[in-house]
Amino acid sequence: MLIDVHSHFLTARSGRADWRELNERRLDAGALMGITTHVASILGSWGNRSPTYFPSEEDVEHANGEMLAMMQEHPGTVQGYCVVNPNYGRHALDQISRRLDAGMIGIKLAASRRADDSLLDPIATIAGARGVPILHHVWQHRRREWPGQEASDATELATLALRHPATRFILAHLGGGGDWTHTLRVVRDIANIWVDLSGSGIDGGMIERALEAVGSDRLLWGTDLTMGTGLAKLRYLEIAVRDPAARDAIRAGNAQRVFPPEAFA
Amino acid sequence: MITDVATFIGAYPYRHVDGGTPEGVLSNMDRLGVDRAWVAHLPSILYKDPAPGTVALLRVLEPHRERLLPVPTIHPGLPHWERDLDAASREGAPAVRAYPTWQGIEPAGDAMRHLVAAAAARRLPVHLAVRMEDIRQRHPLDTAAELPAAAVRALARHDEGARLVISNADRAFVEEVHFGLTPAEARRVVWDVAWLWGPPEDHLRHVLATVGVERFVLGTGAPLRLPDGPFAQLDLANLTADDRARVLGRNLADWT
Repeated sequence: MLIDVHSHFLTARSGRADWRELNERRLDAGALMGITTHVASILGSWGNRSPTYFPSEEDVEHANGEMLAMMQEHPGTVQGYCVVNPNYGRHALDQISRRLDAGMIGIKLAASRRADDSLLDPIATIAGARGVPILHHVWQHRRREWPGQEASDATELATLALRHPATRFILAHLGGGGDWTHTLRVVRDIANIWVDLSGSGIDGGMIERALEAVGSDRLLWGTDLTMGTGLAKLRYLEIAVRDPAARDAIRAGNAQRVFPPEAFA
Repeated sequence: MITDVATFIGAYPYRHVDGGTPEGVLSNMDRLGVDRAWVAHLPSILYKDPAPGTVALLRVLEPHRERLLPVPTIHPGLPHWERDLDAASREGAPAVRAYPTWQGIEPAGDAMRHLVAAAAARRLPVHLAVRMEDIRQRHPLDTAAELPAAAVRALARHDEGARLVISNADRAFVEEVHFGLTPAEARRVVWDVAWLWGPPEDHLRHVLATVGVERFVLGTGAPLRLPDGPFAQLDLANLTADDRARVLGRNLADWT
């Protein structure tokens, strides 16, 4: 079993004429790589109607609806995160309740509001109560504001995670840009944060340092936007992780524990 | 013969790197089936004078010269840098490297143009990297600009004998340079596939089709980056066996 905990799909509202083809390519490449389940989200309209990281209520509604449709179209192969914008608090909580009831298995927070902001508390609380993880977009060691997003780094996510010890958090794309060494120092002792290895970065030493920091029990495999770099890291796990059980944990076992029990049945 | 044009030995000043030894490079090569590698001296990127770095490079590669080919770093802003180029030629180097933005010289200024022409006269390719790391992750003191595409165009146009190997270019960079050159000029450039993404965007497959498979070579960037990267991208690009063999080695052999 191989679970990609960080996947994305597009919709007709994503502003690209080739959106269907891109979705098909992800599924085709996934089949080639041996991905059993893509756990995916759709970030609103991907900037077409409202900003990718600040999606409007309407775009959130549409994206989550399309995500559910993909789950129904590819049962077992595609699972979904409910995307919300915490700035629309009532809407976010309503989306989460409805979409989890409909079968989604996690919550995706991107960069609409800093992770340590109190607006995220009701979302973290409901995630804990419903037993689903929050995948949180992270800029590894954000040293300044970046345009187009209110990005958080590991320190800010750790603040939220410590306020909600019963909630499981996934720190997004360790290889997704920024200083991953800073992130690993932060999350070492935060037991309710798992680290996803996705992203375009394939730095030598990153996987070894991640294993030293959080161990094989808190690493999750994923791809994000560049599946080839995900495949490279998947193959390198064969070298870096000698224990087959530990490798299986990173490939799927940890995800099976982080997500609800029925998610990958 | 599979040849990796972009490997390094030595330490990197901005973060710890494992495996920057001949043994480390060879271990990766054996694991991935690579026959030969071009090897550069990583610390020389920032040396005021890289010549001692080349001495160190030659010394440690000496027992492994059948498989590990030294690629000396040249600083064309230094006095008598042509002597370093001559030494590289005498050593049988397959290419020389320069890092103009890290060396504090204009990427397409007089010094770089002279280097490209002088290397051409000695039938030596000049190897340039667009970037060493993702710009989002660089050390606060690592402020050198990325190599501009305009500089590669200017250097490729500068001399009929110019040969440029470009590492770590993304799709937009490759396209901007390739389609900004005449076909004859474009044949003076080869690109490593290290920074060309696979599915779902499929940038690698796209440029192989539009720019031409003959323009691409294998470069991993190891040990700064996992050497598995380009192989994974090629595996997902659904290439014919012949095209794959061209990228992995035959293009380079035909071009150099």
